[in-house]
Amino acid sequence: MANWFKWGLKKSPWVYHLGASACNNCDIEILDTLTPKFDIERFGMVLVGSPRHADVLVVSGIVNRQCLERFKRVYDAVPKPKLVVAIGVCACTANMFRDSYNFTMPVDKIIPVDVYVPGCPPKPEAIIAGIVKALETVK
Amino acid sequence: MDTVKLILEFVVCPGFLFSAVAGLLSTWVDLKVTARVQYRQGPPWFQPFADILKLLGKEIFVPEGAPQFVFLAIPLAGLAAVILVSTMLWSFNADRGAGFIGDLIVVLYLLTVPSLSLIIGGSASRNPMGALGASREMKLILGYELPFLVAVFVVVAKSGSIIFGQIINYQAIHGPLIMSLSGVLAFGVVLLSAQAKLGYAPFDIAEAEQEIMAGPLVEYSGAPLALFRLTRAILFFVLPVLMITLFLGGIELSLMGLVWFIVKYVIILALMIVLKNTNPRLRIDQAVRVFWGPVMVVAAAAFIFALIGW
Repeated sequence: MANWFKWGLKKSPWVYHLGASACNNCDIEILDTLTPKFDIERFGMVLVGSPRHADVLVVSGIVNRQCLERFKRVYDAVPKPKLVVAIGVCACTANMFRDSYNFTMPVDKIIPVDVYVPGCPPKPEAIIAGIVKALETVK
Repeated sequence: MDTVKLILEFVVCPGFLFSAVAGLLSTWVDLKVTARVQYRQGPPWFQPFADILKLLGKEIFVPEGAPQFVFLAIPLAGLAAVILVSTMLWSFNADRGAGFIGDLIVVLYLLTVPSLSLIIGGSASRNPMGALGASREMKLILGYELPFLVAVFVVVAKSGSIIFGQIINYQAIHGPLIMSLSGVLAFGVVLLSAQAKLGYAPFDIAEAEQEIMAGPLVEYSGAPLALFRLTRAILFFVLPVLMITLFLGGIELSLMGLVWFIVKYVIILALMIVLKNTNPRLRIDQAVRVFWGPVMVVAAAAFIFALIGW
């Protein structure tokens, strides 16, 4: 990866929020990072509407049978290089839903995950720290 | 030699490089002021540059079945048009005899090319959101183009010329056009139309991120998206320059002249950013109604005042 591109990627990671049947708790905390108190735009992070514009995929919730195919398709729609951050204990380990009839497989069995942020829900600070750590893995 | 000079003017200064840097810096001012209005910290000054650099290095997608050449080439058309507008405006301000008959008309035509490239790009993306955004952009053009042209022709009626150099000379003798009643009204109309041309609130209907994701840009990734953003940034620089040239007495290429230019530019920028941050998004039918109703009435009144001589 060229140096100028690596710099650009680290200074302007655009985030796409991929909610995979989350209970909405993590989603609210993710939206909290946009508020004046946390303000992720300081790091150049913007929440974008289209996966085609994204660099960082923020995943919350378990992947159920309904959304498995769509989940893979959204991941494929993100242009390379891409990073994945699993937000919340559901996305990390499937938590208490692991025996559910509707649960298919953990997120990291479907797509490669760079950083796990556990918590139910994790704090906004933890989410920001997770995305920053994901950027540090860029080589 | 002339060709080399023209190419240099187009590519370096006052064309691509100069207007891109100025436009991206203005975009940062917009981001920062928006952040401060919302009581946030805001991004650092190099943020727009980092965005563009990153996008240039990302993978480029062409949707399955989309016309590849049109999809990838159309952002260049918009970018070339705004660069040409910037080059023309600055060189006619620097040398007032350099224009040709109807250069104002040429600039007005060129200023619609970015919107057209958005429409064609959105339609070529084979995405329902893109098609929706393109159709909204089309309706928006129908809405704002008429009052915009009438307001610009207030300047023509006042100064009696369609050449930039003579319009600036007229203002040098008779004072800036914004000092007259018709000038103020026309300036307001052009300001609103500029907001719609840029796709800023209250007229960010075509790209409404919360409704149709990013409208025409939804399928764009990597370098073409960077070109679209660059076009938007340069347009954000060029439109205030056009307003300064038409209504605020033009630009003089001396130290004091440039200081005055920056003062005027910052005032117009502040007006646009405040308009953007204090207004909710209109629906497309409301936007067209606003432009064909009250805004058009104001533009027509300004034109009549200009003919009377106010």
